[in-house]
Amino acid sequence: MSEEKKVLLSVSHLKKYFPVGRGATLKAVDDVSFEIYKGETLGMVGESGCGKTTCGRTCIGLYDRTDGQVLYDGKDVHTITGKDKKEFKKKVQMVFQDPYGSLDPRMTVAEIIGEGIDIHHLAKNKQERQNMIYHYLELVGLNCEHANRFVHEFSGGQRQRIGIARALAVQPEFIVLDEPISALDVSIQAQVVNLLIELQKKMGLTYLFVAHDLSMVKHISDRVAVLYLGTLVELTTSEELYVNPQHPYTQALLSAIPIPDPEVEQERDAHKIRLQGEVPSPINTAPGCKFKGRCKYATDRCGKEMPPLTDMGNQHFVACWRCAGQPKK
Amino acid sequence: MGETKKILEVKNLRVSYHTYAGEVKSVRGVSFSLERGKALAIVGESGCGKSVTAKSVMGLIKGPQGEIKEGSEILYNGENILHYDKKQWQSYKGGECAIVFQDALASLNPTMRVGKQIMENLIAHKHMSKEEAKQEAINMLRLVGIPEPEKRVRQYPHEFSGGMRQRVMIAIAFACDPKLLICDEPTTALDVTIQGQILDIIRDLQKKSGTSVIMITHDLGVVANIAQDIAVMYSGMIVEKGKCEDIFYTPRHPYTWALIRSVPRLDLKNKQVLDTIPGTPPDLLNPPAGCPFCTRCKYCMQICREEMPEFTDFGNGHVAACWLHHEMAPKVEMPDLRGGHHQ
Repeated sequence: MSEEKKVLLSVSHLKKYFPVGRGATLKAVDDVSFEIYKGETLGMVGESGCGKTTCGRTCIGLYDRTDGQVLYDGKDVHTITGKDKKEFKKKVQMVFQDPYGSLDPRMTVAEIIGEGIDIHHLAKNKQERQNMIYHYLELVGLNCEHANRFVHEFSGGQRQRIGIARALAVQPEFIVLDEPISALDVSIQAQVVNLLIELQKKMGLTYLFVAHDLSMVKHISDRVAVLYLGTLVELTTSEELYVNPQHPYTQALLSAIPIPDPEVEQERDAHKIRLQGEVPSPINTAPGCKFKGRCKYATDRCGKEMPPLTDMGNQHFVACWRCAGQPKK
Repeated sequence: MGETKKILEVKNLRVSYHTYAGEVKSVRGVSFSLERGKALAIVGESGCGKSVTAKSVMGLIKGPQGEIKEGSEILYNGENILHYDKKQWQSYKGGECAIVFQDALASLNPTMRVGKQIMENLIAHKHMSKEEAKQEAINMLRLVGIPEPEKRVRQYPHEFSGGMRQRVMIAIAFACDPKLLICDEPTTALDVTIQGQILDIIRDLQKKSGTSVIMITHDLGVVANIAQDIAVMYSGMIVEKGKCEDIFYTPRHPYTWALIRSVPRLDLKNKQVLDTIPGTPPDLLNPPAGCPFCTRCKYCMQICREEMPEFTDFGNGHVAACWLHHEMAPKVEMPDLRGGHHQ
């Protein structure tokens, strides 16, 4: 791992609340802080409703924040205007989960990819524009014959490739991948993931990879952030996360994932941590640690105070009172 | 092995759907059998015909679009269910054989209280009185781990979360002690921690009641700890089947190899290149003449395109349909299924 790492995106105490009527608030993202370094992939995992998508979207300004700050290259994402904003929107792109809903069915593939090129005036003339479109199609494993077709003529995996080509067309630095593979079949998932890793190497991209599939996230990410009910519970390198998970929720999450190997599974079966109950509602949550209701180590303190994200050393951050007292390694 | 040990035997099952575009041959000659008290997993990608196979066993293929072809046999305890009359179907469906679907919200009746949906089965098949059935429904809900079952029986499906709905589905399926349970991707729509809970329930109930289970899934991880036998389906056919350990440790078909190698494993090193299967599955409107996997297979030979391979027997019920195992084919080593990176 390189010693000198440049912070590309810095999120501090970000909050995003949604009013849901009758004076209630849904705390989708509640005081989340992390940094993304240039050239790395940060994975973000959690169960449905934990706020991972909202967090990704708020980070790049698709949602307004409620509180906190997101700095991209030193500039506040939510207050930039004019030229800076346009420049930011060129540098940051997003690939969405649903390859059916996120592409306009009335546009041809060339129009979809060309739209960004036109807006940012990246091509000098028509010929260059067309060449660029063909180039990005080939980059994602499609070919120029596909340019004049409509989206309904493609399979799920191919559509996701079009979505990636659209994101790449404006030559971004940073891409938020919001569950880019969860709608695809296993063999197609591997194709798309390999493509993403290859593009990252080729173009020096930085990814925020949002997904619920921890094995895939671990595979693609350098570091992984685990979210639970809108709060960050653990953040560390992907190797460390598997070998040495600290937060009780991460431990339970890891042991819930089945491994396709009957002998390993049988061995794990005996000491699997089984979570009772379900994720509580994020509306009007009680104070204290969000995981306390399902945690077997919960104490009185957990019900009163929210544990801070503590540095355990070795790039390992955990938000749990059990770990808070332990010395740094 | 005596014939009576087998609760279910499917022989040469062929199912087609008639659409405007033509005849979609969803299942093209599938044969397998299930022993009493055992669990069989059918694994494959979307569109490989695994759900259609399950629906055929459950008797849910409806005309005029759906058609089970002549010559197909589904023997339940030695009797062909395709020749059942109406009355026999009634006692078979729900009483002998039950199914748990993937999408619990769509499968439950939204206008009926959950308790009543469980009671329906009990009254129809076990001839219970309403009061008895209600008590039994509460018991069932408790058994599948729903808190406060007395209160919950009076609620509607929309008041339950996804995991809870799936538990209700399992309660309905198990209400009449079925001999055969079909689980059609029961955990695909659920979060991992909930998936673990649901799989535990299915496994516990199976152990307790000795039910035979057919588990349909695309996730090899799910079947590793639940099934004794695995059948791998591709493009409407079974390409390989055998004991769980044989499929995981010594698979013989290139598709099974690729399927295992294309999933990243949590316990292994990351950022290695995943093995991909190039291209997409064949169109079932015009299925290829030869092996359906030939266009995506890196070991493809001339013969593969022309003729469908026969099953080669590797002993212990492990068979694979691939020309590579023909005596005249070049010898191909099984690739390292752990991607070369051991723990």
